[in-house]
Amino acid sequence: MGFAPWSERPPGAVYLGATVRRSVKILIVGHFAVGKTTLVGALSEIPPLRTEEIMTQSGALVDDLADVHGKNTTTVALDFGRLTLNEHLVLYLFGAPGQERFRQLWHDLAYGALGALVLADTRRLQDSFPVMDLVESHGLPYAVAVNHFEDAPAPDLAALRDALDLLEETPLVVCDARDRVSAGNALITLVQYLLDRATKELV
Amino acid sequence: MTPVPRDDDLVRPYVVTGGRAHARVPFDLVTLVVADAAFGAPDLGTSPEKRRLLELCWGGALSVAEIAAYLSLPVSVTKVLLSDLAEAGQISTRAPAPVVHGPDIQLLQEVLDGLRALV
Repeated sequence: MGFAPWSERPPGAVYLGATVRRSVKILIVGHFAVGKTTLVGALSEIPPLRTEEIMTQSGALVDDLADVHGKNTTTVALDFGRLTLNEHLVLYLFGAPGQERFRQLWHDLAYGALGALVLADTRRLQDSFPVMDLVESHGLPYAVAVNHFEDAPAPDLAALRDALDLLEETPLVVCDARDRVSAGNALITLVQYLLDRATKELV
Repeated sequence: MTPVPRDDDLVRPYVVTGGRAHARVPFDLVTLVVADAAFGAPDLGTSPEKRRLLELCWGGALSVAEIAAYLSLPVSVTKVLLSDLAEAGQISTRAPAPVVHGPDIQLLQEVLDGLRALV
């Protein structure tokens, strides 16, 4: 499962500020090993946390004891982090698995989410198509951030946009998921896009 | 992200919920939960898992996802426990951003301003 060193249970809870009243979430989505957890870790104000959900092999959340006692369950790990944006508002970032079969989990993740940042790897672009399809199928607006790995060729954004078959309006940026500023700018690009879209819808 | 083989220990969380797997009070992953201090200490009949949950929440506000992570319980099980505690008046919630029809411009602007100030 690619456990990172910080995935040990943390020694103590880091509580929210007493004035925080509202929470929002953004999903960080991508195929296996694309850097979702790294990006969450680069931005989170707390050591990233992990929760596990029990699911049936068919992807439904276990909702019946019979399923739990059966042999056909798996667990899916969710890594997430937190960013207090102002004294009243906190943003949660969830690294979300890109597999469609976890549809109930996806339903819960997508519910009320502002949008999604799709992380892509230039060496495995074809793996990003099902991920974008999944995000679209849940009606979530998204931006694409190409995680630049050191051993990958420098990305040509115009060619990448073509290769990923993105809508003209869909933002495409290059980022280094390990770097707080770079990852933060990718997130800012997404939220600026969400705001532009929302403003246009009102006009 | 990757499915792992099922572990027999996973049966246990459903025992602690009394066999139920559905929360009667709806909780989202980012619903903020606070323990209601006015309610006082849980009575002796409170299950150890609920006691652990209350002890965690007495420290301050946390999201459902954080509570699940700190208690090493699946989110679905955590929601069932929270639902019971909410019905008993031992915890209260600060609602997550409601799902509005059409995007909330003011909220998005607040998120954008917050990110710009932090990054």
